[in-house]
Amino acid sequence: MQAYLVRRLLESALILIGITLVTFILLYLVPADPARQIAGRSATAETVQNIRDQLGLNDPFFVQYWRYLTSLLQGDMGRSYLQRAEVSELIAARLPASLLLMVAAIVTELAFGLTIGIVAALRRNRPADHGLMIFSFVSISAPQFVIGILLLYVFAVKLNWFPIGGYGTFAHVVLPAVTLGFLGAGWYSRMMRSSMIDVLGQDFVRTAQAKGLGKARIILRHVIPNAILPIIAMIGIDIGLFMSGIVVVESVFGWPGIGQLAWQAIQRIDIPVIMGVTIVSATAIVLGNLLADFVAPLIDPRIKTK
Amino acid sequence: MMRILLASVAGLAVSAHAATAEVDQNAPVGGDMIVTYKDDVATLDPAIGYDWQNWSMIKSLFDGLMGYEPGTTILRNELAADYTISEDGLTHTFTLKDGITFHNGRAIVADDVKYSIDRVTNPTTRSPGAGFFGMIDGFDSWNAGEGDGLSGVTVIDEKTVQITLNRPDATFSHVMALNFASIVPKEAVEASGEDFGREPVGSGAFKLAEWSPGQRVVFERFDGYHREGVPKLDQVTFEIGLEPTVALLRLQQGQADVPGDGIPPAQFLQVMGDPAQAANVVEGGQLHTGYITLNTQMAPFDNVDVRKAVNMAINKDRIVKIINGRAVPANQPLPPTMPGYADDYEGYAYDPTAAMEMLAAAGFPDGFTTELFVMNVDPNPRIAQAIQQDLKEIGITAELRSLAQANVIAAGGEADQAPMIWSGGMAWIADFPDPSNFYGPILGCAGAVQGGWNWAWYCNADLDAKAAEADAMTGADKADARIEAWKEIYLAVMEDAPWVPIFNEQRFTLTSGRVAGDPSLFVDPVHIPVNYDYIYSKEAE
Amino acid sequence: MSVFASSATGEPRRGARTARVIRELLMRPRSAFGLIVIVLMVGAAVFAPWLMPHDPFEQSFDGLSLVGAPLPPGGEFPLGTDLLGRDLASRLILGTRTSLIIGVLANGIAILLGAGVGITAGYFGGWIGAILMRFTDLMMAFPALLLAIVLAAIFQPSLLIVALVIAMVNWVQMARVIYTETRSLAQHDFIQVQRALGAGHLRILFAHLLPHLLSSIVVFGTLGISTTVLLEATLSFLGVGVQPPMPSWGNIIFENQTYFTTAPWLVFFPGAAIVLLALGFNLVGDALRDILDPTLKGRH
Repeated sequence: MQAYLVRRLLESALILIGITLVTFILLYLVPADPARQIAGRSATAETVQNIRDQLGLNDPFFVQYWRYLTSLLQGDMGRSYLQRAEVSELIAARLPASLLLMVAAIVTELAFGLTIGIVAALRRNRPADHGLMIFSFVSISAPQFVIGILLLYVFAVKLNWFPIGGYGTFAHVVLPAVTLGFLGAGWYSRMMRSSMIDVLGQDFVRTAQAKGLGKARIILRHVIPNAILPIIAMIGIDIGLFMSGIVVVESVFGWPGIGQLAWQAIQRIDIPVIMGVTIVSATAIVLGNLLADFVAPLIDPRIKTK
Repeated sequence: MMRILLASVAGLAVSAHAATAEVDQNAPVGGDMIVTYKDDVATLDPAIGYDWQNWSMIKSLFDGLMGYEPGTTILRNELAADYTISEDGLTHTFTLKDGITFHNGRAIVADDVKYSIDRVTNPTTRSPGAGFFGMIDGFDSWNAGEGDGLSGVTVIDEKTVQITLNRPDATFSHVMALNFASIVPKEAVEASGEDFGREPVGSGAFKLAEWSPGQRVVFERFDGYHREGVPKLDQVTFEIGLEPTVALLRLQQGQADVPGDGIPPAQFLQVMGDPAQAANVVEGGQLHTGYITLNTQMAPFDNVDVRKAVNMAINKDRIVKIINGRAVPANQPLPPTMPGYADDYEGYAYDPTAAMEMLAAAGFPDGFTTELFVMNVDPNPRIAQAIQQDLKEIGITAELRSLAQANVIAAGGEADQAPMIWSGGMAWIADFPDPSNFYGPILGCAGAVQGGWNWAWYCNADLDAKAAEADAMTGADKADARIEAWKEIYLAVMEDAPWVPIFNEQRFTLTSGRVAGDPSLFVDPVHIPVNYDYIYSKEAE
Repeated sequence: MSVFASSATGEPRRGARTARVIRELLMRPRSAFGLIVIVLMVGAAVFAPWLMPHDPFEQSFDGLSLVGAPLPPGGEFPLGTDLLGRDLASRLILGTRTSLIIGVLANGIAILLGAGVGITAGYFGGWIGAILMRFTDLMMAFPALLLAIVLAAIFQPSLLIVALVIAMVNWVQMARVIYTETRSLAQHDFIQVQRALGAGHLRILFAHLLPHLLSSIVVFGTLGISTTVLLEATLSFLGVGVQPPMPSWGNIIFENQTYFTTAPWLVFFPGAAIVLLALGFNLVGDALRDILDPTLKGRH
């Protein structure tokens, strides 16, 4: 087990380095010149060249990449071209807020998604199931911007139960978490439902019923734990889903996370920030998958780790 | 960003709305205000900040030698008590006021002025505003990294600074009023190093009290400010990272006072249709023009008749209607509030039939296919689609390329990539209220280079020469003649039709009613969007 | 009897099997509804030029109110107009083409790829599995948006690029879930029995593993339609894929979502179209799964 863990960690490190290379290549290929963005529109060609020299942008690709990688491994992510502040500081200031939001959203998703999925599976083909199915599809198809504004309008403005966006207390987390989690709840509910239906149809369930075990007991102690397996696999994907939703949700609710940092950096080709955010999110995804892979055998002992 | 949104910087001469600012010097002192912004504040370093949000914030934190009367574009002395210009217009001497200090308590001296201007033009600072100081003696060598300062800036004594120019330049006083010319304390800059933008120390009416990254920035009154009774407010809080639609919701619930990004287009009609809210809306002009650039180096736009035909094909009134009347149609490069604007110029009237005829005469009876580049942020793709339809009417099939801003700018900077670009979102806004600011980078030969901003790749050496002449006309006695000269230049540009001017955006600001002041303070041409220093609170005693 | 298992007397004929499946689908009310929805959508895409009440690109003067606001549904414009005065119904009908191509084809490729990788990695395990799953991790962390921006700058926009980027992004979710499930299933007794009996790998994969994975595949396949249609909108925004004024359900929503408090029909109708399409495929998919392996029907 330990050897497996070590191997996985090494592989993860390699993947992350691979990501840095890929991202760096992509940024290199973007035709827009970051020095132009920094120099502003009134600058002369000499000023732009000078900025390129100072930032090392005229060096060959591998020189630039090597320089970045070696600094990165020493913990230095460079300075933002546009904000001039250290990238690690910029990210560190905002990451906790995004992480909090992500955890809150996952909790919301699981709570809603699993409940709905279980109910739909148990009431299969009855009106409740149909209603919930439509709900799932709507939650996946609805744009998060719209959901966010709707929730704000109803619950924050009209009912006054929550503040209109912002950050700081538990009340501030609820609406953004629900908005982000709405999408995932749809996915989880469908996955849980179909997974439950599969497990319910398996022999050991019939055997348990024949043995006279109570329905509730069968469901709680045998069906759900088995059905939950694919959900565990999905949590790793969740983090990836968040990266896209986070920009919109954070701006609608004024949530001080890395979403806006990332978006503005992409618009203005702030290469150090883009690299930093990509690395952080890639790390989160890889770690999430790693975690999921370790939890899976705990749920289903038959899965061998090699 | 300056170019993304609306900066109002009005003319050197007094313009109609600018003259009527009645700032109440006896307004009560106290209270606070909340302003919302969507984008993050990148930096508060005056040498670097060049965005929509931080431009005005820096104005409140810092002062330069020159400034403007609040709510207007009339220059006045700021930190300078006295300002004399030599006969030949090349030597400018500034004497500092008494009793001026930085936020850290130290008195401001002439050395600080030299330090600040040297810093902005220092190549290692990588300031986007360095180019504005090109008229100062020694700029070229210092900006290339030689020497240890601008030879043209000399300290005469503790309170006097002399700046020598390498050419007479009528825009110099405006440059001294730019954020980039703000005075900064050397010890604070050296202590913070590259983080000075996070820990700004200036001499403006407000000082920085708190900065939570991505959340809020708080300014509080600087008691040692050199103007009595300024600022009016005790505190200004900037809430950052808020979607404009949500900022409006907060304002309507009394949790914000001014939406820094203006009324979102999606809610504009709603707000204007509600009498209670409409009463709190202030409208103001801007020094902004939105235009289509026609690449004179790419066929068929190398043919002036084709360009004129395109000018006649666009229905500008319809486009203004599509953006709910938030602009006025334009027929020339300069906006109406800029001196040099030709009131009586007719321009190319909307006439699709005549356009088709001209196109046929130019050799394109069946029209042609081309591309129109546009920035992908609303409402620009919509405007581009409206333009597309107008072009179709005269036989031109324009395929849209709706891209991220940086990609459009990159395409414009190449001679052979973008035949047409709708400038919306990147449209030119004057850095200071002077007609010359609309020429150099976007219509002059110097801008028609790779990576340049002259996306029409228009280069008229004659006009370049005339522009240089016009800027050499320094002195108050030549001011009118200079404006006339510029007017002629822009009319001549229209003869060549490298652009299709479409509209000039108006700015609409909404207030909560908790804060008050002369309307022009809320659409301040220089201190955008509102002049934090002079607005007062109705809740103060 | 599962259609995958061969009978002792030999494999049933393919044609007869397909006809039987379709008949089964039509007999069940829900899947019949789903089939009808799909057929209607395909019909709308193919016959769009004849079905559209107006020109989808015409920015008509009557399409906007006096102050330039879009018109609500009713009258000349059955579903209302958009911010440029264009008929929404016509644009939705024309948009069916893009959405079907993206939602079905691109998504379909992603599903095939994802299921393929997932099953292979989960069944074989060992170093094959490790390499495949690490590759999946890499793709999951890949900055797809950046890739889109780069592609937009280099290439002419085209649906092909969009389809490729979408397939690249979407297959990983499927792969991981199928991988985990396969790992679990592969250890089950009945699989071991088949191995002991000497069944070939392919046989086991298709005949024994796949039926149990169908549920997840159906879920991803159908939910993926919604996700990909909306993803296409984001990609168009970045400059890849359909450029304005070509409509797609995704980009109609995307362009107009800030206006939904004043012009909700611009978000509601395309959203409903997406939901309907995904629903249609889901109903058919669910039924297919039941038909193809009746032992999976849970009855308790």
